[in-house]
This record gives sequence, structure tokens and C-alpha cells, in this order.
Amino acid sequence: MIEVRELRREFKVATSKGLRRNYKTVTAVDGVTFGVQAGEAVGYVGPNGAGKSTTIKMLTGILVPTSGDIKVNGVDPSKQRRDLAKRIGVVFGQRSQLWWDLPLKDSFDLLRSIYRVSAEDYRRRLDECVELLGLQELLITPVRQLSLGQRMRGEITAALLHAPELLVLDEPTIGLDLESKERLREFLADINTRRGTTLLLTTHDLDDIERLCPRLMVIDHGRVLADGPLEELRAEVTPDRELVIDLREPGPAPDVPGVTAVRSEASGLRHHLTFRRAETTAAQLITRVVQQVEVHDLAVVEPEIDDVIRKLYQRQPGLNIDR
Amino acid sequence: MAEFIYPKLIGARLRSQLSYRASFAMDFVTQVLAQGYELIVILILFTQINALGGFSKNEVLLMYAFAGAAFGVADLFAGQLDNLPTYIRTGSFDVLLMRPLGTLPQIMCSDIRLRRIGRITGALAVMIYALTHVEIAWTPAKVVLTIVTPLAGAVIYSAVWVVACSICFWIVEGREFANAVTYGSNAFTSYPINVYSRPLRWLMAFIVPGAFVAYYPSLALLGKQDPLGLPGWVGWTSPLVAALAAVVAGFVWRFAVRHYRGTGS
Repeated sequence: MIEVRELRREFKVATSKGLRRNYKTVTAVDGVTFGVQAGEAVGYVGPNGAGKSTTIKMLTGILVPTSGDIKVNGVDPSKQRRDLAKRIGVVFGQRSQLWWDLPLKDSFDLLRSIYRVSAEDYRRRLDECVELLGLQELLITPVRQLSLGQRMRGEITAALLHAPELLVLDEPTIGLDLESKERLREFLADINTRRGTTLLLTTHDLDDIERLCPRLMVIDHGRVLADGPLEELRAEVTPDRELVIDLREPGPAPDVPGVTAVRSEASGLRHHLTFRRAETTAAQLITRVVQQVEVHDLAVVEPEIDDVIRKLYQRQPGLNIDR
Repeated sequence: MAEFIYPKLIGARLRSQLSYRASFAMDFVTQVLAQGYELIVILILFTQINALGGFSKNEVLLMYAFAGAAFGVADLFAGQLDNLPTYIRTGSFDVLLMRPLGTLPQIMCSDIRLRRIGRITGALAVMIYALTHVEIAWTPAKVVLTIVTPLAGAVIYSAVWVVACSICFWIVEGREFANAVTYGSNAFTSYPINVYSRPLRWLMAFIVPGAFVAYYPSLALLGKQDPLGLPGWVGWTSPLVAALAAVVAGFVWRFAVRHYRGTGS
């Protein structure tokens, strides 16, 4: 679906010093290579200025790469922008493609004409989105009166009316409340699994990734730092897992080989233990623990995805991560 | 089916404006008045003189009306390009690039202002007055010329507009320059061009083909000799000049957009 090889993109940035204007070259995307198969859902994350949006703009044909090759759906985006536009959907979280002063439905009608969707397909796809995203009441509301969450649902519907094989989302959940986020994620997960629509999304909200994307790509300073299933990255970057146990009676932490007691809470009622995921399974560990102490409750805690990503940034030698 | 998209986009825009009725009515009146100011200037001028560059008051009014109508129609479509800096600054231009349509027609249809019809209405009224008060030996060809002239003129103005606004892709605040060229050429073409100094005349008549909007067609219509010595058939070539200008504008726009996609915002 997407093939990117050695993609580079430079910008000239004006640095004004008094009346003189100098230009320096900033490399926003610096030799990125990856591929996305049809039907995948890929999260593309990185700090602000890492090169995420620039990559997205090149994939959608808005920007022309400085060098490198891109093929999306078999075409070169920068050369066949319009052909590609018919076959992909793009949602920018921070800019709208809807008609501001018109009822939501009018925007959909216009997009139907722009993308030449047959009346039958249009009705079917629109009905589906309206139902799943709960847009029924909003269709006659002018877009300017919609809340951000409502508008976002409208934007996603707008991007799906021509049934694109690939949906690219740039920060789709930015600024949304929890309920709106959850609703969007549920919908996106659904079209990915049921319709097989390929998803590529950038986000700052790592819950989006956890919920939607089996595969994660981390980019910083224009380079891909890591690319793989979330679970693998987690295992690779954070070798320790944590077991939290609540005892029936306050007491010392159980002493099991290969386990480190990190801290205890509630005067010894709760203990946090860490263990190496490569050496012990959670099941073995729990068996040994319950032989020693009387356990009221327990939980295995995976490292937060934020920690995984922070560690990925730190792992890169010579990178400054104070952003 | 593609050809039906743009009327729909325009229709959408018109419906948007009708959601603000009061401001629409006010703008309409303002536009009629704006067109009227220039008319008053010409009328006052002719209380002091009998002829301007060898043309009578009504003949000058005819040129003024052709230019006004052409500019009004061009403004209706190409006037949206005044918003180009905003498109570029806010990133809305990226949204245009996301769609399977050309960027230029999308912008032209994006913000049609019905109130600008006020300007056209005013110009048409003056045109009818002038046409009935000047000496014209009417032939069928001249009737066609009268109808085609404002349209060809609109294409010429639009082309000028596109070329001038393309500078915004390099200098985002290049709008002042663009406005000087577009509105300036409108003011220029409202008068017989032989009243201007030679360098200005050359610039505005042939580089920016403003003289083909009103001056040369009016000469052909009135059956007058060009005081500057060009042959009479030149007055019939406006549609050709318009087509050429449109092609040039198309190339300039494409070049500018390629620059934008090459540099980003």
C-alpha cells in the first residue's frame, strides 16, 4: 500500500538578523524507509517537529520530496496527485475540509460530486457513517456550529465517502474529550478490521496507538527510531515487567529469586515487584509468590507506552531530548 | 460529470452567503457605489474639458463601462485570489491539494461574492447609456463584439490577477503588489490609453494586455482610427489576446504551485 525509500525533505528557513536575511537548511525528514501492507493500522509517533506531518504531506502528494522514492497505491504522489487523491482519504485534525457555513450534509453532497461517487454508494456509505458515528442529528447543522468532536466525526465521514483504500489521519484526536476520542477509536478500529481500510495515523495520544495500531513507528529528528509491533518494542526497550500484589495482612515482600521488590505501600499491604520478562513468566512467578504469602489480589502491569517511547528517544546516542 | 462540480461549488458558496443576509445587502450597495465613484470622476472631468485624448465624454464612458463590466466579472471569480495569503498561511491550501481537482478552479469557486454583482450591474447600466449615446454604425459583427468584449476582458483581467497573485507563493504578504497590478490595471483601462505616457502605455497595454479590455474594442466599435497608429483589426483580437493570457496565466500558476509544493509553507 505504501512504500517509502530513503525519503528526505529539506526546508529553507529564514533567519533574520537585523536587516539581513540568511537562510539555513533544515532537514525535516532525513532518510526514512518503510512499507505498509494493505489492511495494516500503523501509528506514526514522535515529538513536535520530528517530521511526522512532513512525511504525511509527502505521502499525500501535497509536498514534493527533496529526494527518495514514494509509492502509495502504486503511484508517485507528487506526480499523480489527483489520481491518488481519488483513492486515499486524508484527515487533518487541525484543518477542516468541510464548508464552514453550510449544513454538514451539504459538505457531504459536494464531496460526493467532487469524488464522483454514485448515488447508491454514497447513500450506503453515508448511512453507515451516520449510524456508527451518531451524526443523524447533526446533518442539518452548519459546520461552524459543531463542537470539535462533532466536527471531527464529520471530517472522518467526509474522508470515507469515496471508500478510500488508505486513510491517513494527522492527529485525529487532538483536542477531543475522552468520550469523543473513544468513539472515534472504536469507529476507526471497525473500518480497519471490517472493511480492511489501511490506516496510518500520527498522534500525541498514545492511547490511540494502544487501542488502534498493532504496529508503531517512532520518528525523531527526521529518522525512524523504531518500527514494529507495540509488544515487541515494549519487550525490547523495557525488559522489566511489574507485579503488584496486595496481601491479606501487612508483611514483608516475598523473597523470590529473580525478583526485585521496588517499593511497598499501605504499611506493607501492597508490594511492587519487578522481574525480567526474558527470564520468568508471570505464571511461574505468581505460583512462587502465593506459596510464600497470602495474596488478596494481584496485577501484572506493563510499562506505559509513554515510557516505552521515552526510552526509545533516550536510547539514541547523541540525541537531545529536552523538547 | 466533472463539469458539474464547479457550479455546485459555486452554489454552495452562494448558500453560505445567504446565511448572512443583512451584510450581503449592505455589501451589494457598497459595490454599486464603489463603481459609481469612478463614474463621478469622469463626469466631473468632462465639465472642464470637451474631449479626452480625442474622445468625447460618452466614448470615454463606453470604455469605462467595458472595463468596469469586465473587471466586475473577473472580480467575481479571480477576486478570491486575494485570499490566497490566508490559504497559504492557515494551511487551507493543503486541503485544496488533497482533492482530485485543480487548485485554481477550486479557489475561484470557493468564495464567489454575489455582492460583486453590484459592480457589474452599475457598469452594465453605464454601458447601455453609452452605447445609445455614441455614434456606432451597427453591423451583426459589432453586436457580437459588444457582447464578447466584456467577457474577453474578464478573462484578461482574471489572467492578470492569477499571475499577480502567484507572487504570494514566494512572498506570503505579496498581496499589496498583486492588488496594485489588478486594481491598478482596472483604473488604467477605464480611460483611452493615448492619454498616458509612452512607457506606462507600453507596460499596461501590451505586457499587461489592459488595452485589449476596453480601448481597442471600443475603437473598432466606434470605427475610429487608433491615434497611436495600430491598424483597425486590432480591436477584434481581444478574444485571442484573452486566450493567450489565460494560457500564460495557467503556466505561471502551475509553476507557482510547484514551487509551493517544493518549498512548503
